[in-house]
Amino acid sequence: MSGTGYVYKREPVIFELSSPGRKGYSLPALDVPEPDLGQVLPKDQLRAEPAPLPEVSEGDVVRHFTRLSQRNHGVDIGFYPLGSCTMKYNPKVNEVGAGLDGFANVHPYTPEELTQGALELLYDMQNYLAEIGGMDAVTLQPAAGAHGEFTGISIIRAYLASQGQGHRNKVIIPDSAHGTNPATAIIAGCETVEVKSDARGGVDLESLKAVVDGNTLCLMLTNPNTLGLFDENVHKVADIVHQAGGLLYYDGANLNAIMGYARPGDAGFDVAHFNLHKTFATPHGGGGPGSGPVGVKKDLAAFLPVPVVGKQGDRYYLDYDLPRSIGRVKSFFGNFGVIVKAYAYIRSMGPDGLKQVSEDAVLNANFLMTRLKKDYYLMYDRICKHEFVASGLWQKDRSGVKTLDIAKRLLDYGVHAPTVYFPLIVPEALMVEPTETESRETLEMFADIMAKIAGEAKDSPEKVLAAPQSTFVKRLDEARAVRQPELAYRGDLGPGK
Amino acid sequence: MSAVSFPKDFKYTKTHEWIKVTGKTARVGLTNYAQDQLGEVVFVEMPEVGRTVKAGDIFGVVESVKAVSDSYSPAGGKVTKVNDKLSDSPELINQDPHGEGWLFEMELGDQAEADLANLMDQPAYERFQAEAGEH
Repeated sequence: MSGTGYVYKREPVIFELSSPGRKGYSLPALDVPEPDLGQVLPKDQLRAEPAPLPEVSEGDVVRHFTRLSQRNHGVDIGFYPLGSCTMKYNPKVNEVGAGLDGFANVHPYTPEELTQGALELLYDMQNYLAEIGGMDAVTLQPAAGAHGEFTGISIIRAYLASQGQGHRNKVIIPDSAHGTNPATAIIAGCETVEVKSDARGGVDLESLKAVVDGNTLCLMLTNPNTLGLFDENVHKVADIVHQAGGLLYYDGANLNAIMGYARPGDAGFDVAHFNLHKTFATPHGGGGPGSGPVGVKKDLAAFLPVPVVGKQGDRYYLDYDLPRSIGRVKSFFGNFGVIVKAYAYIRSMGPDGLKQVSEDAVLNANFLMTRLKKDYYLMYDRICKHEFVASGLWQKDRSGVKTLDIAKRLLDYGVHAPTVYFPLIVPEALMVEPTETESRETLEMFADIMAKIAGEAKDSPEKVLAAPQSTFVKRLDEARAVRQPELAYRGDLGPGK
Repeated sequence: MSAVSFPKDFKYTKTHEWIKVTGKTARVGLTNYAQDQLGEVVFVEMPEVGRTVKAGDIFGVVESVKAVSDSYSPAGGKVTKVNDKLSDSPELINQDPHGEGWLFEMELGDQAEADLANLMDQPAYERFQAEAGEH
């Protein structure tokens, strides 16, 4: 055993470490009168007994959570080729920027004249994103990608209503789309219409022509799409939708593949969102909140949510004077800390650096795809962008080893599994996104592991079917986890019950 | 896939539902191919009893560990009964898709004959699902 200390087979929940009367703090004696809580709080807010909080020392807390963190796998621990939800490395210098006193400790109600630096950063960020996306105006308010989608669709509805087209309510979505697209359309009060992919994985133009009509609100498109494929027909797609009077929405989930090389605005998109937490390397998932700014073409700028940051002379200000605005979508000014990190990323990469990010992301994905396609079925065998979708179909047919088993076996080799079973149009999908920062050595290590697993699936499938064996917990019962979720500690059950 | 054969007296849709007709009524479920593709089923959203459906209408949603999928009615008619066992034991769809895992029963509508004529019989579906599984 290494010197990192004793590792429990099963880490107890912190309640089980509790010992009556133990404390992790020591406060001076109370020198003000203690109020009677029954007098100052409404009756229905009072507990009959104190909350059963764990009673632990500071050391207990630190060790418990440090041990838990050692069981985690993250991009700071090892390779994390999760397609669909980009997990790229988050440069630590961005944290330094976001931690600066004037950003980290500024109160949102601080008057404008005392927050000119923060406002300048927001103003510049609006312009940077507009330039990168080929858009005319940007809101930084939305808190995540899906929130950006909702904001964007709301803007489109408001704009079309102002043009006497308020009846339009059909949102066209390709069958390869992220699930957030149809969810957004429904939440925004629209109907969804699915359009098929063609043999090359792009939007099938004939199917698209057949579904556009006078009720079409917009098409939502991710390009490159979730197959990692760039739709070369994007101009034709845009023309078909525009001719029917609908607008084009760009889902920016995969902008990191074309950044600096192609701009949604130039391809005919009217509205686009950016995932700062993907394309611009801010932490997400368990690592921090997202941010989903939305860019629009100038005809739609009047409908942006308030406030936007404006500039008059050399003074920055929060502009609430947008009479046709869709209103507020978020308290205060978006996820400000995330925006600061993305700003730091854009400034430290510079225009050439951002282009290289796209180049390297695409190069790495194609390198891996080429290495893997000997052992894994590739439904769309063409040059990909930042990610590709392989399949465990050969393994399933030949030895009953499914993609889920392959994913579990990867854990035994210390690699995070890629996204599995998405997109839905590829059976037994294995969606791999290596990202731009991985070295050739890491990519080759992953390719070797995948080749090894393919060999195991053939020669000793039981090894793959029983995976993982080297992790803290073995194969989880996913069906039972959904059917009988136990998400809260129940003290009355006692430890381990 | 496990060696479950597709019953000869059922009719089948391209979206992998089956229907078994008995006079004016019918029972509907998912095929073995569908349950195999879905993986372990964890939740089923059923139609309301009394609801009228047309052939091809979405009548419910099946959620598995992999995905959430719509289910389409093979024929038109009125829902008369749903399989209550599935709310506690959705795994019946995996264990016995053509039997205990049935989804709902219906009284067939006036268009039933035309609806049923559009469906596949057992040999046709056998070929169809074999092709769908090939790549």
